[in-house]
Amino acid sequence: MIEAIFFYAFAAVLLLSAAMVISARNPIHSVLFLILAFFNAAGLFVMLGAEFIAMILVIVYVGAVAVLFLFVVMMLDIDFKEMRRGMKQHAPVGALVGGVLLGEFIWMYLQWPEKREGMELAVAHTMPHPMSDITNTHALGRILYTEYVYLFQLAGLILLVAMIGAIVLTLRKRPGVRRQDVSAQVNRKASDVLKIEKITTGTGVS
Amino acid sequence: MLDIGITHFLVLSAMLFTLGVFGIFLNRRNVIVILMSIELILLSVTINLVTFSAHLQDLTGQVFSMFILTVAAAEAAIGLAILVAFFRNKSSIAVEDISALKG
Repeated sequence: MIEAIFFYAFAAVLLLSAAMVISARNPIHSVLFLILAFFNAAGLFVMLGAEFIAMILVIVYVGAVAVLFLFVVMMLDIDFKEMRRGMKQHAPVGALVGGVLLGEFIWMYLQWPEKREGMELAVAHTMPHPMSDITNTHALGRILYTEYVYLFQLAGLILLVAMIGAIVLTLRKRPGVRRQDVSAQVNRKASDVLKIEKITTGTGVS
Repeated sequence: MLDIGITHFLVLSAMLFTLGVFGIFLNRRNVIVILMSIELILLSVTINLVTFSAHLQDLTGQVFSMFILTVAAAEAAIGLAILVAFFRNKSSIAVEDISALKG
């Protein structure tokens, strides 16, 4: 009973905020609703017993990705009213494609067999029992750093490439901007720039 | 109805996926909202994987949902960087202005 209440609450807020993400007038509101959607998805993951994924979702998505979106939306000076032109004429096509897709999905799930005869699913890594001492994070770490260690390294490589790519794409050198050059300042010697001359009385400086 | 099973989560994930696809069609001109719609689609895929992971009592699904998260973060970073670089050149992010390669 309590499970159903929580599921429907999380699911309803998740779907409503997802609908607001795609239909909000102001993209800032879109980003904020995206954050709300991720929080509710994290709640659903906790219900499913995947606490680590839930926390990662909050940290990575809300802490990094959504803030990145927020920065970009605020940084670019865009006329968003103009962007919404032609929205009405695209809506029916999108509704058609989405409706067909949703119909297919739901039809497929309703056909889902509870048990298939003669076909046992091989469970590779059993989830720890909720009452056992092994937490979800612990169990995930046990297989992530052993069996999936190459994939883990590959994920790190993907993030490295993304980081370098983002820096290269957005870095620019502006011509004509005077910037502080610390090493030039530190290396400046008095002997290079200062000349002391003895001036005898009656003669000028040549 | 009150018994929450795998079908509930799968239907929810399907609805979220559909909303993401609908969002791409609805905001054909705005790249930022399209990127956010793609995030919604990836979230629905993650929900699907975690649901099956819980249903089958197999942790592999959760491992792979972590990799999806990684790829989604990388994709958002690269996509937004491209967007910023494009905005500097054209002062616009409308999708139909991105046509320099059309020939």
